[in-house]
Order: sequence, then C-alpha cells, then structure tokens
Amino acid sequence: MLKEGAIESRLVAGPLVVTTWPRSFLLPPHSRGKLLRDFNQSTVVVGHGYASFQANRRSLISFSDDVSLLVVLIDTNPFFWSTSSSSLNFHQFVSHVLVFLDLIVRLSQLNQIVVIATGHNTCDYIYDSSLDTDQVTGEGELPALYSFVLQRLEEFVDKDEKLGAKQEGLSEKRASSLLSGSLSMALCYIQRVFRSGPLHPQPRILCLQGSPDGSEQYVSIMNAIFSAQRSMVPIDCCYVGSHNSAFLQQASYITGGVYVKPQHLEGLYQYLATVFAVDLHSRSFLQLPRPAGVDFRASCFCHKTTIDMGYVCSVCLSIFCKHHDKCSTCGSVFGKAQLDAASDRKRKASES
Amino acid sequence: MNNSEKKRMNGEAEEENEEDVEDEGRDAWERTYTDERSWEALEEDESGLLQPIDNKAIYHSQYRRRLQSLSAASAASRIQKGLIRFLCVVVDLSKAAGEMDFKPSRMAVIAKHVEAFIREFFDQNPLSQIGLVIIKDGVAQSLTELGGSPEAHIKALMVKLGCSGDSSLQNALELVHDTLHKIPSYGHREVLILYSALSTCDPGDIMETIQKCKKAKLRCSVIGLSAEMFVCKHLCQETGGSYMVALDEGHFKELLLEHAPPPPALAEFAIANLIKMGFPQRAAEGSIAICSCHREAKVGEGYICPRCKARVCELPTECRFCGLTLVSSPHLARSYHHLFPIEPFTEVSARQLELSRVASKTCFGCRESLLTPGTNKAGPCAACTKCKQYFCLDCDIYIHESLHNCPGCESRRITPAAASVTMS
Repeated sequence: MLKEGAIESRLVAGPLVVTTWPRSFLLPPHSRGKLLRDFNQSTVVVGHGYASFQANRRSLISFSDDVSLLVVLIDTNPFFWSTSSSSLNFHQFVSHVLVFLDLIVRLSQLNQIVVIATGHNTCDYIYDSSLDTDQVTGEGELPALYSFVLQRLEEFVDKDEKLGAKQEGLSEKRASSLLSGSLSMALCYIQRVFRSGPLHPQPRILCLQGSPDGSEQYVSIMNAIFSAQRSMVPIDCCYVGSHNSAFLQQASYITGGVYVKPQHLEGLYQYLATVFAVDLHSRSFLQLPRPAGVDFRASCFCHKTTIDMGYVCSVCLSIFCKHHDKCSTCGSVFGKAQLDAASDRKRKASES
Repeated sequence: MNNSEKKRMNGEAEEENEEDVEDEGRDAWERTYTDERSWEALEEDESGLLQPIDNKAIYHSQYRRRLQSLSAASAASRIQKGLIRFLCVVVDLSKAAGEMDFKPSRMAVIAKHVEAFIREFFDQNPLSQIGLVIIKDGVAQSLTELGGSPEAHIKALMVKLGCSGDSSLQNALELVHDTLHKIPSYGHREVLILYSALSTCDPGDIMETIQKCKKAKLRCSVIGLSAEMFVCKHLCQETGGSYMVALDEGHFKELLLEHAPPPPALAEFAIANLIKMGFPQRAAEGSIAICSCHREAKVGEGYICPRCKARVCELPTECRFCGLTLVSSPHLARSYHHLFPIEPFTEVSARQLELSRVASKTCFGCRESLLTPGTNKAGPCAACTKCKQYFCLDCDIYIHESLHNCPGCESRRITPAAASVTMS
C-alpha cells in the first residue's frame, strides 16, 4: 500500500486521537483475530528502529516551536461504518490512520500523540504516547504502536457494543457518534498540558469523523468550540462521511483549523500526511485547503429548516420563522411585561 | 487583613478586646506583617532555590465557595438571565483618578482592566451593546455611542486619558438615563460606574435622579476605588445593582469581570419580545461591493443583508439601510451555556474516593492520577451528580468556567426511555 520512502518526510505529529476501530460486526465473528493478521499483510511494516526511538524519547533537548501535541478523535460509530457506501471500510481506514500516527511520532522525539475513540454509546482514551504504561516494546512483525492501538481499539468497540445492547428501538438512519464527549475530553487533556509548565508542545485536535451530525449535540459542540477558541487550540477535521458536516466546518472556521473532505478515500493517508501532519508554526508556509463557504445560517426551532431571516425570543434566544404569541421554549408571552403575563395566567387558572 | 477579620468574627469577646488594644497603634498594612507573616510560607527545595508558593489549595477552596454561592442563588428560583444587555460604563476621570495608590495611577489601572472587561463582555454577550461615559471637570460626556464593536470602544478610551476637576454623579446618571431611555423594551438596561472620588458635585438633588433611574428600570452598579460612600450604596440598593469597593488591583479586576456574565433578570425589568433578526450569508469570493460601514469598495469577504442586500463587513451589527439586526448562529450559540448551565460537581473527600469501587483512580477528563503525588493516598476530587464520574479539581474549574460541558455526561447516550425512568 505504501512505499517505505514515503515516511521520510519531516512531519511532526502530535497526539492523534483516533476514534474508530473495525468492529467485529463488520466481519464474521470467527474472524476477529483476523484483523491483526490482515493488517500485517496489507500494510508496510515501518520500522525495526522503533524501539530505539522509544528509548531516546526521554532525552529532552529543547522545545522548539515545531513540536506538537496532536489529539486524534477517531469515529468508531458502527452505524456509520457498516452502512458507508464509500470505497473505504473501517479496516483500511484504521490502517491509514495508524501509519499516519507512526509518521507523527517519528517526525520528532518530542511529539506527543493522544488517541480518543468516539463511539456510539461512549468515548474513551485509547493511547497516550507520554504514559509509561503505553510504552511497549516491539515484538513480532508489527511495530509496538500498531498492535497496542489495535488491541485497545478492539476492547473499546467491545465495550461500546455492550453498552448499546441494553438499548432497543434505536433508529439506525441518522445515528450519530458522541463527538461532544470526545471533544470535551480532548480539551480537558489539553488544559492539563497547559498546566504542566511553560515548556509544552503546541496542542491541536484532529477529528476523523464520518458519522453525520447529531442535532441534539449542537449546544455541547458549540461550547467545546468556543472553549477551544479561547485556549487557541485549532480543531482540524478530515471528514470521511458522505455529506459535509456543518458542525465540523464551523469548528474549523471558528478555531482556525483546516477542514478537508477527501475526494478519493483510497488515498486517505496522503491527505493526512500532507495536510495534517504539519505543525502549527509551519502552517503559515503552506497552502492549506481553504474553507469553501461555511454556512452560518441558523435553523428555526419549529421546522428545523435553515432560514435567512427569523424571529428571536429575547429571553431564551430560540429562533422562530414566523411570529408567535408565546415562546414554546421558555413560555414567555411576547409584548407584555412578565409580571402581567404571570398574573394573567393565574387569573385564568383561578377562573377556570 | 483577611485573617484578622476572620479572627474578629470567630474569636470570643475577650480575645477581641485584647486584639483591639494591641492594634490601636497599627495600620492595616502593618497588621499583615504581624498577623500573617507571609514570608513563612516560602519554602526552599533541595538546591536552595525558592519554590513557588503552593496556593492551589486556597485557589480551589475560593473557587468552590464562589460556585456554591452562585448555585445557591440561582437554584432558589428559576431566575432567567438577561441576555440582551445595554450597558453604559461610566469612568470617573476626576482629580481623584490621578491618585497613585493603584500603580501607576488609578486611571491607568482602570483603562487596562476596562479594555479586558470589554473583550470579555462581548465574548459572553455577543448580542449586547456597550456605551462609554466619562466624568471630568464636573461634567459627564459620552465618549462612545451604544455599539457592539469592541475595537471602537477601546480605541476611544485609550485616547482620552487625562484626569482633572471634580466628579459629578448626578450628571453622569442624567446622561446615562437619557441614553438608555431610547433602547427597545426587550433589552436590559445596566450602568456600571467606576468611581474613584470621595465626593460628588451635583447641580440638583441627586435623590430625585436616583428615583428617576429606578423608575426607568436602570440597574446601576458601582465599583469604588477609594472608600465606601453612602450615596453609591443608596443608588445600588434602590436600583437593584451591586456595590463593591476594590482593595487592590487584583481584587478590582475580579470585581469588574464579575459583571461580564449576564446578571439574573428580574421578571418585571424587561418585556419579552420577538426580535426580527437576519442571518446573512458570506459574500462569494471575488465579488466586489461597496460596504456600508466604510463607504469604500471591497472585494470578497463580507456578509449580505438578507433584506436589503447591502454588504456589511463584520457581524453582529445592524444594517445601516434597513435597520435589521444581523447575527450569525455562533453568536446566539455563545449565550446558550447561560441557558443550559451544568450543575456544580460535588466534592469528594479522599476517604470516599478510596472507598469507591473505581478501578483506576484517574480523572475522567484529563486522565491525571487522583492520588496525591508521591503517595498512594487519594487526594480531593469532584464528582458529577448525573454521570457519577470523578474529576480532578483543575478539570472541575475548567469545566465550569470555560467548557460548560461535563465530559462524563456527554460521553454517554441517554435514550428517551432511560431519561423518563431517571426523571420519574
């Protein structure tokens, strides 16, 4: 799939948050162990020198401005991956992402990666390159990083599935993943890095998302975006789903990140390596994909259609497309002082 | 000073008398040396270098106390918040503002912190407007009109920094009353006065003006920089605002930034109304139009008013030609966390954490170990009441002050069936 020389470029990766893992429902149950074997055959084994990189990691020379901390959020939503009609299945997706993770780690000894998985029912940390417990030595054919992340992803998907088994009657059509949860966890981790002292790598968040936006998460995702904007953490997104994600486009626009929807998903690694592997300082020298028209229009609360002009309740800021007498969200009566409205209600209640 | 106050409150009568006798000859600043002995808090590490004072514990307890008081106030009744605010900031530039008890001078400190306040205010209240008023030589002048662009206000303030003359509270209140009288009825009218003088020279009866402001539903708050004054206290009590006196620069900044989040809105103050707003789209790349704010031709980035198709440069703003308020959905979304606040986390003592059956004692948000460093014992932490996950104190502060999302609650999916079970 990849030539060995492709890894030689000087890409620095930060913590990647990978949130997807090929789920066993995508393969017949008896072939679960097959994933590791398939992975081994289909991808290039990138290094035998990996163990020595691990040993040198601890010798800190200096934190130059091209060291990054990359938090990767991988979408493991089974409802998306099992129904996606694109040319990329979950197995291939993870293989692209793992090689990208390895690339980031090799670009600088001081780069850090954190991987967080976004599932359908839960989110969890998968890998943290700065933890001692996550440093494993390479044995066997696969580099240590790959087998460790694959194993943890498999455990995560098992857990995600078990949590989902308790629920019934869920419509599978627009089942979204818990992006707000993993964004919040990523931001908490980045705050911890900020607290650790004056010398720290530059953090950024990379979302590898395929599931559609869940409208129930709008408020939480916007809160996370504004918090990221205040802490100056860019949120990048590589969207592998079918239609563009409005939430993630807004996230990248507001925080100053990059939003990319690759046209040819077979070459996903190329998009990742050329656009997202570069550290923040060097981004000013590159021509990165620019947002082609982010739609900031709002949708009305009654019909969920996007509107150009609407009416906004002054108390609760809900948006309506037509003039109403009463706000359906907060119950305030328009045009009257609240006390008068409350006494009117009491009078009517006592009369009836 | 704080310690001596606490001692006064907690101590018995005998101890109080003794303290009073001893402290008669000493000023407040001298008492900090005898009572607090701040130099004893310094520690050295093994190489002889001074270690920074670990005031994490103090910071956490202060934060928790603040959060408790806020949640107690809001949980008592479902008080709504005034989200669309029209605030007039009155800066006192009389001769007293040139005093140097705040370094380098009161005026410089006020200007620096008002700039930070304006930015924070527009960050938390994107749909609101600010106007600046200064008091100089006994006369109040309006520095900037009510507007929604932070840069214009900050630029105007930085230019006009000279202090002289007397201060007149009544003139300022009259001017503010006239300015705020014209705004629509759904907005909350607020005044924030930064008062450094100890007197006010008024042309008439200030009590009448205070009653006029009260009738016009202006909520006046004062932050004093010198000492407490009766007329300011009376003004704030009558109009329902808050009166605080700053002790030093850090305290002043804290008091000022407390006015940035929306205050609880008393129901009779503003009339709920449906405001017609437009959500403009971005102009196409490369399109050339004359923008309505600068009256010059511009290429590309800008927004088109949906009603009259005029081009505006930035949002939020009011279209100059048709008067439509133009906003984008992130501006509205910035205020949603005031409407859907998260509940404060409960404090978990070390013993409770040890007794709990959590496998790995790490914070759910940042995966930092909850055990006190160097030992195996659990340190203090916080837990969410809904999802029962444990968080470290720093994540607790970050979640409540900046993020407004609980990672534990966001990381689980509640089906409608489960939700109705928990609510019943």
